[in-house]
Amino acid sequence: MIGLEHYLFLGALLFVCGVVCMATKRNAIGVLIGVELVLNGANVNLVAFARYNPAFEIEGMIFSLLVIVLAAAEAAVALAIVLNFYNNHSTVDVDSAEELRG
Amino acid sequence: MGTLLFASFFSSPLWYYLLAIIAAALLIGFMLVSAIFSVWLERKVAGRIQDRLGPTRVGGKFGWLQTLADGMKLLVKEDIIPASADQMLFRVGPYIALAGSFTAFLALPFGNMLVGLDLNIAILFMLAVMSSEVFGIILIGYGSGSKWALFGGMREAAQMVSYEIPMAITVLVPVIVAGSMNLNEITLQQRGIWNWYLFHDPFTFCAFWTYFTCAMASCKRAPFDLAEAESELVAGFHTEYSGFRWLVIFMAEYGSMFAVSGIAAIMFLGGWSLGLPWELTDVFAGITGNATAGLWIGNLLNMVVFIGKCWFLVFVMMWVRWTLPRLRIDQVMMTCLKYLLPISCFLLIGVATWQLVLPPSVRTIAQLAIFGLTMLGLVLAILKLLATAKDVPGTGMPSMWQMTNVTGYQGAKQ
Amino acid sequence: MSPFTNLEPFLFWTIACITGGCAIACVVTHNIVRSATWLLFALAGTSGIFFLLGADLVGAIQLLVYVGGTMILVVFGVMLTAQGPFISMRTSSGEWAVSVAAGLLLLSVLSVAISKIGKPTPPSGSTVAQYAPKTTLAEGMTKEGETNEVASKSPYSMAIGQGFLGVGVGPAHKETVNGKETVVRASYLLPFEIVSVHLLVALIGAAYLARAKRRKEAAV
Repeated sequence: MIGLEHYLFLGALLFVCGVVCMATKRNAIGVLIGVELVLNGANVNLVAFARYNPAFEIEGMIFSLLVIVLAAAEAAVALAIVLNFYNNHSTVDVDSAEELRG
Repeated sequence: MGTLLFASFFSSPLWYYLLAIIAAALLIGFMLVSAIFSVWLERKVAGRIQDRLGPTRVGGKFGWLQTLADGMKLLVKEDIIPASADQMLFRVGPYIALAGSFTAFLALPFGNMLVGLDLNIAILFMLAVMSSEVFGIILIGYGSGSKWALFGGMREAAQMVSYEIPMAITVLVPVIVAGSMNLNEITLQQRGIWNWYLFHDPFTFCAFWTYFTCAMASCKRAPFDLAEAESELVAGFHTEYSGFRWLVIFMAEYGSMFAVSGIAAIMFLGGWSLGLPWELTDVFAGITGNATAGLWIGNLLNMVVFIGKCWFLVFVMMWVRWTLPRLRIDQVMMTCLKYLLPISCFLLIGVATWQLVLPPSVRTIAQLAIFGLTMLGLVLAILKLLATAKDVPGTGMPSMWQMTNVTGYQGAKQ
Repeated sequence: MSPFTNLEPFLFWTIACITGGCAIACVVTHNIVRSATWLLFALAGTSGIFFLLGADLVGAIQLLVYVGGTMILVVFGVMLTAQGPFISMRTSSGEWAVSVAAGLLLLSVLSVAISKIGKPTPPSGSTVAQYAPKTTLAEGMTKEGETNEVASKSPYSMAIGQGFLGVGVGPAHKETVNGKETVVRASYLLPFEIVSVHLLVALIGAAYLARAKRRKEAAV
């Protein structure tokens, strides 16, 4: 029987994949992909809570909807930043973004 | 013993797996047959519009087995993957496109409750999965490793993503009227031809034409077929494809044509309703005195009506394709962002205001008036067409184009 | 008991394996477009999980926004910033080892935390994508004297929509109104408006950022 913990584990797996993706990818867009994975892991958790806890049956879904919408907005802004970055540095390698090192 | 075995089989999950596989196979089979028929129809329509015959040889009189022969030729062709292509993306792209197009059929009702998945948000689901088709197209374009394909894919992506927005908004117009996103329920509300949402109010009437334009563009049909503009881009995003994968791309395209036509038929043209004010399944249930029998017989007719409507809309798309010249890419984008998008937003706000402000009596009068005017226009158009068909070619043209002393022309008997 | 209940483990394991596998492949691959493709499969799998959990609205929105919108944006970004035909930037194996070790540590911590929670059972009548009508949700959405078929047929989609419009559908809490203690349900009109404004801001911001002029040598 599938319980809440199975869904939570899937969410955790997605989350960790996203974190590792953010840490290892040198391409700025790869980092963005990691962020999307992290948000999805959180969403799986929210919807699973919505299903398994009657008190949150609507709240969890509404939160996940808001997360999806915000993720879309975040992706748009992040890509605009990446494009700008590419225009200034002729690359999307995040390691080259070190001007603010101080 | 045998019955016991059957009983346990039918209540076991195995039976549901089997049912699901059968249903999916039926849907895929329908999509395949529909694509085969559409390709044949396309060639016939193109031929007729361009004053030629189209396929005539294979399979007897009308060349109706032509597509099957073409398909068999494609299947035995060599499967070429260009050396510069990204192997995985090149392989997986067509199947993503096909999956997006096919999944839309899951929520498309062919008759009263004759639907793979009776979702409450069926229309949203259909739009969602059809929007994932574009990702397959981008992968096809990018993975081919060819500039033509890349340009085609980019154009296609920009076009489909832009046209999706007015398309979704215009679909919301009848959703507001119906108060439901369940396609089955929306259709059941449109019993009787005057109740079709096309005639419901001026906004839904305009929404239908806006939707159909957007649908044509999002199916990358001419005049919006910039993605495969052969005069500029060889064959667009599928330049590098051959054989089976090319076949899959085209199945996806014709599948999504049928799906958007299905949405148009359900949202605006009464779905499977023939235009009679009764639901056929109920009628046959009353006649036979058996609800199940009524459901089967009625749905058989419903299915024929619905597929007929969809194919008629597909035919209209072909008609447009072979009649209008192709737009330029900036014109395509401008049509969407500067005209269709504001129009669709206006229609959405308008229909909400209409439903809220006007009393039901005024709405009914407006509905009947729109219905009457449309029917009148239809009759006048048919009469005009009949009259034009009898004219000698070139009658309406300046005198230098008018036919004089032409022999051998059989079309207009005087 | 509905036979659909027995399908849940099979469907869950299938979809979960696909989702998790694609997420891992997304991390491992070097090619950024392939990575985006794996992400697409992971997102589609996640929407499958949402459908499995009965949240069909969330699943459909996930497909619509992520697959139809965000992923296209990402691939567009890749295409606009790619110098070579198929770019891949390699990470050194030392960095890989550290990140994977940290990731595994995080995963094990999360797994331990997950194993500590109890085993809540879903509300009665739970089946795959077939949830029983819940009177608690339908109440307050129906005008008196009329039965709302839609509400009883699709409790979640209806309730979410109503919640965004300001009808109380969230968790109930007691509140004193005019000296009388009444049960009030939370509504989500304000978050909805904030998100709308946020979207507008993001739209304008993205357009502003992307409009910046290209440097000449950057235009390859």
